[in-house]
Amino acid sequence: MSILVTEKTRVICQGITGKSGLFHSQQCREYGTPLLGGVTPGKGGTEVDGFPVFNTVEEAVEKTGANTSLIFVPPPFCGEAIMEAADAGIELIIAITEGVPVFDMVRVMDYLKGKNSRLIGPNCPGVITPGIAKIGIMPGYIHTPGTVGLISKSGTLTYEAAWQLGNIGLGQSTAVGIGGDPIIGTTFIDLLELFENDPATESIMLIGEIGGTAEIEAAEYIKEHVTKPVAGFIAGKTAPPGKRMGHAGAIISGGSGTADEKIAALEAAGVVVAESPADMGTAMKRAIEAAK
Amino acid sequence: MKIHEYQAKQLFREAGIPVPEGIIAKTVDEAVAAFEKLDRPLVVVKSQIHAGGRGKGRFKEYPDQAGVVLARSAEEVRENAERMLGSTLVTIQTGEEGKQVNTLFIEQGLDIAKELYLGCVVDREAGGPVLILSTEGGMEIEVVAEESPEKILSEPFSIHTGLLGFQARKLAFKLGMEGKTVRHAEKFLCQMSRFFIDNDCSMTEINPLVITGEGELVALDAKVSFDENAMFRHKPLEELRDLTEEESAEVDAGNAGLSYVKLDGNIGCLVNGAGLAMSTMDLIKHHGGEPANFLDVGGGANVDQVTEAFRIILADENVKAVLVNIFGGIMKCDTIVTALMEAYEKVGFTVPLVVRLEGTNVEKAREMLADSGRDIISATDLTDAAQKVVATLSS
Repeated sequence: MSILVTEKTRVICQGITGKSGLFHSQQCREYGTPLLGGVTPGKGGTEVDGFPVFNTVEEAVEKTGANTSLIFVPPPFCGEAIMEAADAGIELIIAITEGVPVFDMVRVMDYLKGKNSRLIGPNCPGVITPGIAKIGIMPGYIHTPGTVGLISKSGTLTYEAAWQLGNIGLGQSTAVGIGGDPIIGTTFIDLLELFENDPATESIMLIGEIGGTAEIEAAEYIKEHVTKPVAGFIAGKTAPPGKRMGHAGAIISGGSGTADEKIAALEAAGVVVAESPADMGTAMKRAIEAAK
Repeated sequence: MKIHEYQAKQLFREAGIPVPEGIIAKTVDEAVAAFEKLDRPLVVVKSQIHAGGRGKGRFKEYPDQAGVVLARSAEEVRENAERMLGSTLVTIQTGEEGKQVNTLFIEQGLDIAKELYLGCVVDREAGGPVLILSTEGGMEIEVVAEESPEKILSEPFSIHTGLLGFQARKLAFKLGMEGKTVRHAEKFLCQMSRFFIDNDCSMTEINPLVITGEGELVALDAKVSFDENAMFRHKPLEELRDLTEEESAEVDAGNAGLSYVKLDGNIGCLVNGAGLAMSTMDLIKHHGGEPANFLDVGGGANVDQVTEAFRIILADENVKAVLVNIFGGIMKCDTIVTALMEAYEKVGFTVPLVVRLEGTNVEKAREMLADSGRDIISATDLTDAAQKVVATLSS
């Protein structure tokens, strides 16, 4: 077992005829993900490297039985692409696209209310259940199968964590990048709940960063509801206030959203927080050992 | 993207939001002419820089000169404008270096009965826009939030309808407004919420929002910033960008599709991914060094972009060593090494360089590094990289 990805997962890619859409669809297929085709309006009926292309998500779902969509469409159209996927009944929508306007995401979240769709991202690396399926842009080989549930706001920092975990024999049940934007579909708390209830997950690693209060709310949730050992890391201890650090959401505003307050909240919830990004793997190990 | 107060007020005026009458001036003569044209007994002379705290700010060249002053005569306007234009204003938001004032905004003085605070932001946790109103006008909202949170009212509103009339009235009555002021407030607040949505703002702030002796609401100050990601649908707003207000290296980086923030340290960093880039800064600090910058080359940067990244880092005179930290996913490690070699050719390295590579095509990249004959210090993991780069400075 794992979260989000199951043996029933069937994936299509929205934006499959674009450069990154195609490249990563190929990479996912190579990894063994059932990626069955893609959508590009106006290119329906054609084929690209063996992938059938459809005009609409509705049609793609009808023809392939897809229940999951991986989105690479450019930022101005990403919001609508997510809504189209939800309208077509896609259950898991993973939006990789970076640079989606905030108000588009407000509209998307409004639209998704009451619908049976879960959105991951945008501006995220996607989801991987090592050895089973990769639905995203992460390099497959750095993730090994195991029992750590990995949740992160950042792409390459997730790779770094997975690499460190793998080097000390800690594989992952599922690794999820939730994205670095201010408004995202799935939060730390949503995933903490899924991992807590997943029998294949024995411990959880949470990687956050400066900006917003999501990590503080996650800490409160962990304190109340999570029984599995949790390790964490917060990026941006040295970030100056008022400056956006790459991610649209990574900004300390009005003195709040600092790394220090997030670290304090996590520690107060019993989370083992890595002091340096080089210690993420060992922090997880310490948390597991402390729980024994 | 931030804009100046006078630009924000022009946009407010076009959107039907009441603002005082004002004229911009780039020279002392223009400032005096503006005073004559306004023909008021009292004007306010306001420095136009992007940072806040201008009223309490002082000029480096004239320590007694405030960034915002009242003037009652052409002579007073002239004297103030002479000191302000071209001088460096230091406020609590500019940092010690301050910002040069190139433009003044000359505005009519108002008959002020009451000062409020009004802001609109996107609440991340609620997932939508929210309007914030407080009786404590003129104070920094963060301070009010800290000291007397009960004085702050916040009202979420729909992105489809904007703030509704009843929501605005609810706020107005809570603040103790009466009579026609309630009607003015309703109109003002609803228009403000529409302005926020229609322009893809990331923040609007009116501090203070003034209630005049006649019971009307007027935006005495205006601070507006827009969502950079939405600028593609607001082309005319692009023209309001003032590049002199932005760090030139950050502008260059933005044009090259890179994300760069200048810091005060001496170890330059080149990293892929925002989270890893922040962590690399933290790591340097953890090992006793000081990062000179945040630099994220992004997920799929090409050789030209990476070369430009090196150029930007090395142009900073404070940089005494450079740390390259790449975890290749989409970005292939050999791309970085190719760019590194180009940077040697085109930019030239005069400082020690520590490189840590992991991920896609790492073997090939390491071979290229070893075969290059360049004096590059190779690191195996994060800790090793940080220790080595810090060590280059102490030796």
